[in-house]
Amino acid sequence: MPGSPLVARRLWITALIVPPLAFVALFVVYPIISAFAYAFFQWHGLARGEFVGFANFYRVLFTQPYADWTLNAFTHNVLVFFALMVLQNGVGFVLAYCLWRELPGAAFHRIAVFLPVVLSTIIVGFLWKLFLHPLFGVVNISLRGTGLGGLAQPWLGQGTTALWALIIANAWHMVGFPTLVFLAGMQRIPSEILDAVRMETESEWVKIRKVVWPLVAPSATVVFTLLFVGSFNWFELPYIMVGVDGSPHKATDVLGLYFYRTAFGDQSGSGQDFGAGSALAVLIFVFIALVAGVITFKLRAREIQL
Amino acid sequence: MSTASQSYYDRRGMLATLGKDGLIQIILILNTVVMLAPIVIMLFAAFKTNAQIFQSPFSIPDFSNLANITKIWSQTNFLRYLLNSVIVTGASMVVILTLGTMAAYAVGRYKFRGSSFVLMFFLAGLTLPLKLAIIPLFILMRDLGILNTQLSLIVIYVAMGLPTTVFIMTGFIATLPNELEDAARMDGASEPRIMWSIMLPLVRPAMVIAGIQNVVPIWNDFFFPLIFIQKDNLKTLPQGLTTFMGEYTTDWGVLFAGLLLSSAPIIIVYIILSRQFINGMTAGAVK
Repeated sequence: MPGSPLVARRLWITALIVPPLAFVALFVVYPIISAFAYAFFQWHGLARGEFVGFANFYRVLFTQPYADWTLNAFTHNVLVFFALMVLQNGVGFVLAYCLWRELPGAAFHRIAVFLPVVLSTIIVGFLWKLFLHPLFGVVNISLRGTGLGGLAQPWLGQGTTALWALIIANAWHMVGFPTLVFLAGMQRIPSEILDAVRMETESEWVKIRKVVWPLVAPSATVVFTLLFVGSFNWFELPYIMVGVDGSPHKATDVLGLYFYRTAFGDQSGSGQDFGAGSALAVLIFVFIALVAGVITFKLRAREIQL
Repeated sequence: MSTASQSYYDRRGMLATLGKDGLIQIILILNTVVMLAPIVIMLFAAFKTNAQIFQSPFSIPDFSNLANITKIWSQTNFLRYLLNSVIVTGASMVVILTLGTMAAYAVGRYKFRGSSFVLMFFLAGLTLPLKLAIIPLFILMRDLGILNTQLSLIVIYVAMGLPTTVFIMTGFIATLPNELEDAARMDGASEPRIMWSIMLPLVRPAMVIAGIQNVVPIWNDFFFPLIFIQKDNLKTLPQGLTTFMGEYTTDWGVLFAGLLLSSAPIIIVYIILSRQFINGMTAGAVK
């Protein structure tokens, strides 16, 4: 039978490729396409109603009270992104630079900085919620114990500090990730380049700015993009620490909480709306995809191929 | 030591170098204290009474006082949650690695029409946050009749894990040499036989990397159980944690014991396998 090995080979490849492909088609591609489609329909509970064009989008963007909620949550996400850019990626870069010198104990410090990263956000959220408790939390107890009792305050209970408390908790949780990605980037810089730099300059600052920073650009691209996607997907930490309503008075509301409330109902279980929820999901989705694309493209352009 | 670095140290002088290294050590030590203090406070508090926690949060407790731990063990569903997490994570990992290796092997090892399209199809899922498709996923799970079952979680975790797995494994499989494979083919071995006996043993390192990258987010996930699972007996550890954190709001020792027990499995595994964890979790980000 001529050609039968070829047929067998083709069958074999098909057998390998079809199950995973079917799986991704059904549980990744189909839901994502549906997410877009659903936003154009009216929803009655779990049942899809009639086609309404852009009405859901118009509602969440331009009619009250949705418009204010959307803007409020979006502003918070932007703040979270920029704050974490400094507190997480910036600190991560500094720590990576310190670890890179391989001083005694560096191996231990490396393991310690990454330890919180492996913990569940739920554990981190509860832990910091207990630490920040106004009366019994270790933060306020320490402040009172050191004579700084005047600074003790309900960190999560007031609008001025709640979002920042969440940001700090997040930075504590995740700072190990950019640290080790940057460190891996630094370790890939060829030693000839570093030797040449030492001949040229004594200044650590010049060395960082002119050599190290440009050469870890690929790490920076990845870390910045992931932080952007993460900041605009923020959900678990605020959900645990301040609740689904973004208390107090929506001072910590972010798009993730807002989307969840809109789609599945708030604390009291009311206000569930798949139409408005789908429209929000599509808007967040498109925004993340566009900006992440631009960030990656812009940052890639300044990467130097070694 | 190269001459370059020698002249560097000559010019700088030992003192300046020591000062700089000292500063670096101080930064690293301070940071490690900040990283570990919350975990140590949690560990201590799990063995304390309320009064001890509020009066001396930093003191070393009597570690033989297991009252809080026993309470978690006997009065909550902790063991059930732990078992559920093991089942869901274990099953998901088996399916992810099986399907992921199949796809990666086909794309990385054979030339066929449409192979780059197939790869694109998998990689599309890499950057898209599946969370935002939760409404259609919820409806899909309902239509399949698997809401409120562990199958719904396993299915979603496999969907979440396949793109990165295919990405990591395809890159690895494509770089494996052809000689062994060709020799086996000359001897008349069938393609499945070649894959199973010759290639798969070589792929193991990539499987470990892909495995660790997926196992941590799956073990820690809270979002999908929150939407899909209502029955207490089916809850995973992070979700179960929210249940008993809600029940014992005034008993802080028990709260900390719950957090300690929930975080203990992954902390212990991480300490043993820290190198593999760090490599695995940063694998996608480090080229």
